Amino acid sequence: MAHAYTPGLRVTEAAVIRKRRILPIQGTVLVKVGQKVTAGDVVARAEIPGKVHTLNIVNKLSIEARETKRHMKKKETEVVKKDEVIAENNPMIKWFKTQVTSPIDGTIESVSDVTGQVLLREPPQPLNLHAYIDGTIVEVIDREGVVVECPAAFTQGIFGIGGETSGIIEPVAKTPDQNLTPADILPSHAGKILIGGAHASMPVIRRAIEVKAAAIVIGGIHDKDLREILGKDLGVAITGTEKIGITLIITEGFGSIPMARKTFDLLVGKKGRKASCSGATQIRAGVIRPEIVIPADSAAGLAAADGERQGMKPGDPVRIIREPMFGRIGAIKSLPPDLTSIPTESHVRVLVVSFADGSEATIPRANVETIES
Amino acid sequence: MADRPLNVVIATDCGSTTTKAILIEKVGDTYRQTFRGEAPTTVEAPFEDVTKGVLNSIQEIEELSGRKILDGEKIITPAVGNVGVDIYVSTSSAGGGLQMMVAGAVAAMTGESAQRCALGGGAIVMDVLASNDGRAGFEKIERIRQLRPDMLLLSGGTDGGTVSHVVEMAEYISAADPKPRLGIGYKLPIIYAGNKDAAKRVEEILGEKMALEITDNIRPTLERENLMPARHRIHDLFLHHVMQQAPGYKKLIAMCGAPIIPTPAAVGDIIERVAKKENINVLGVDIGGATTDVFSVFQKIFNRTVSANLGMSYSISNVLAEAGLDNIMRWVPFDLDEQDLRNRIKNKMIRPTTIPFTVDELMIEQAIAREALRLALDQHKALAVGLKGIQQERSISDAFAQTASGQSLINMMDLNLVIGSGGILSHAPRRVQSMVMMTDSYQLTGITRLAVDSIFMMPHLGVLATVNEKAATDAFEHDCMVYLGTCIAPVGIAKDGEKCLDYKLTMPGGKVIQESLAYGELKLLKLDVGQTAQFEGNPAKGFDLGAGKGKVLTATIHGGVGGILIDTRGRPLILPTDKKQRVATLTKWSKALDLYPELK
Repeated sequence: MAHAYTPGLRVTEAAVIRKRRILPIQGTVLVKVGQKVTAGDVVARAEIPGKVHTLNIVNKLSIEARETKRHMKKKETEVVKKDEVIAENNPMIKWFKTQVTSPIDGTIESVSDVTGQVLLREPPQPLNLHAYIDGTIVEVIDREGVVVECPAAFTQGIFGIGGETSGIIEPVAKTPDQNLTPADILPSHAGKILIGGAHASMPVIRRAIEVKAAAIVIGGIHDKDLREILGKDLGVAITGTEKIGITLIITEGFGSIPMARKTFDLLVGKKGRKASCSGATQIRAGVIRPEIVIPADSAAGLAAADGERQGMKPGDPVRIIREPMFGRIGAIKSLPPDLTSIPTESHVRVLVVSFADGSEATIPRANVETIES
Repeated sequence: MADRPLNVVIATDCGSTTTKAILIEKVGDTYRQTFRGEAPTTVEAPFEDVTKGVLNSIQEIEELSGRKILDGEKIITPAVGNVGVDIYVSTSSAGGGLQMMVAGAVAAMTGESAQRCALGGGAIVMDVLASNDGRAGFEKIERIRQLRPDMLLLSGGTDGGTVSHVVEMAEYISAADPKPRLGIGYKLPIIYAGNKDAAKRVEEILGEKMALEITDNIRPTLERENLMPARHRIHDLFLHHVMQQAPGYKKLIAMCGAPIIPTPAAVGDIIERVAKKENINVLGVDIGGATTDVFSVFQKIFNRTVSANLGMSYSISNVLAEAGLDNIMRWVPFDLDEQDLRNRIKNKMIRPTTIPFTVDELMIEQAIAREALRLALDQHKALAVGLKGIQQERSISDAFAQTASGQSLINMMDLNLVIGSGGILSHAPRRVQSMVMMTDSYQLTGITRLAVDSIFMMPHLGVLATVNEKAATDAFEHDCMVYLGTCIAPVGIAKDGEKCLDYKLTMPGGKVIQESLAYGELKLLKLDVGQTAQFEGNPAKGFDLGAGKGKVLTATIHGGVGGILIDTRGRPLILPTDKKQRVATLTKWSKALDLYPELK
């Protein structure tokens, strides 16, 4: 193929960001096209069916399953209150009468005279879908959700945990290679998105949770700390639903790795601005990377995000994403077309990267990612 | 079914990340795979049309072969000269493949049969529900609600057996009202393949809410499993319901000259055909980035399992979580800091397309692969079992052996051929590395032939076999299989240096190699692809090559690109726990086989 495609993380000062906000089940859309929204606004709502409870009344009433319906005091679809009698038997001696009461407020879902099972359902729970970013509604998908759009600075991380949040950008590290310490995290960081350097240790993350920071954006963390935060070894990178008291976004990888200068400068340059971010990551088909969206005031001269990616070409900035030079950033010098033997003896497609110090390295194309703008 | 007359075939496999196309042409009397092309799969945004990736991969074949296959977005049929093809066929696992939930009355009986049926149909089984699975009713309902499967399979009860347990499961499913994974506003397909006496009640409960299909009971009696009718129904529903919701599949179905089948089902089909044709026991494995599929045919019974979270990239971190650090490190011939190894594995997980650049990185990946293969086979052995709960006629010797129903069908001593597939096995820089990875993780015993799938074309050949078996078989034998050689490994344990095996090999041309090997050795002898040698092995007392402890075994040994691997490290294979000793032992074996470049 003429082009060499490689995964890339987007780091851009100005783009049009469109977020598709879809309910998990059909519901009601509460906004209109053209309406301005802020991150916390509810744009759509659905009713999640209530929990189902099972009651086997055959055993409780000492009856046959086929007699179930006959002993019911309440019928299917009827509303019941907690502790209300829903079934009873009719013994010869009233003293032996047994009654079955509802364990919940809800409705009778079904009564089975095959299994003697009564299913009760709790009332539905409302589910609110927030806009997530400050912007304008540009599309309404009937009964499903909306598309919110805003001009923004935008950067992606490589991995994250914790869900969507918003806050004010607050740089904590002075340089991209700085390892944060707990003393760097202050009570005034409550509700803020903290921008770090190369590494955040477990005490740093704990301190950030303690001061109620909204998020930490950092070059890397150690896997052992991730295990401690989650309380388990993460087997597959599908995240975003963790309830850990903070959103954590790593931009480079696992270990202590300086944040790419471009990412660091962009985020530090937005100090004091409101941003939305999400740690949700899915590294499978339909890749989702964590992100930071910093809405801008004006949309002038912006290009839409999520467009088709172009092939790599000489001059493009790249990040090496595998040992032995993991984390180094350089520019593509050339893209030799022929397969090249590497130290493992595999024959693969490579590229030559030149670094700021003038040195060069030949790297498998699979082991770099472009830094997209 | 008679073969359809074909001369030129184009076949694709639409995987989660890559769509792979191959061209098969009739050369003389034989079908050969001649060209291949690949392109990124385009099921996801921004394309959301699987056919774009298919056309791109075919376009690459056009460029390489000079054959004009496409007229715009149409495939030209039939083939005339250097234009067009006679048929286009495809498999698919894009978008995460077919994901199913199954339910039965009793977990170890109909629950297990339903699981085997869905797996054999090419599905990933998200959960198995049963009346006695230990979960309370509301927990089952909650679980069904959380899952968003593509399809459900409900079984339960033998014909004339329990009705209430089956109806109970149907009631739970109805209350949970699960939603399909793909598409909003269409009914989730469910297959009922249980007690025929409960079918009417099941229809009353589920018929309105879901797209219910009723088929023959998968367990009509305790002694008999009847999986094929339900398996065929799975394929029908996959084609006509599930795939209709996936982007571009309506177009793809129209392009194909035969029904599209799930990728693992096609691989299973070709492995089953090989076993049947050669009358041998076969084990097949496809170790991918996210999942590892294991296929087996033992005693003519086919089984497939998928270990959904054991893989070499997306799921690599889960291999560490399940196997444990010590089990991975036992295969690494150098010492490594735990934090460093953990970070490396996580970095591979978050950047799954990267490849090892240095030899030590390659050794680590191959160590992890050994554990993924081992764990996947363990899971396979647990499901590839005889039917449970059946009455067995026992002889006195059976009674002494304490055999029970439901024993694993996988007896490694009876295994004739292992076929490996997936990047880590098919593209290992040295073929002998694949041989040793499979030997180590499966602890091959007796005499076992090994092969790898050259470019992962088993799916293509599986679907092609449904229209022309000869075309599929020819390409399988000539272009798909890369024979690595044969492993000879006696079972038994001794102390290092003690006598283990005397053997005599009569090589092609009559040269005789006669040798005595001590316990704890690995030796590789050259025997090319297509060549055979006569082997006579005399194991030491306490060791068994397949003829019994200490008994002589003779056999014809097949060569391969690796050769003959004689393994006297003992079975079970026990590796030193002391770090220094482990590194020394692994280094000795690596050198003996010239396994890695820098250990020459």
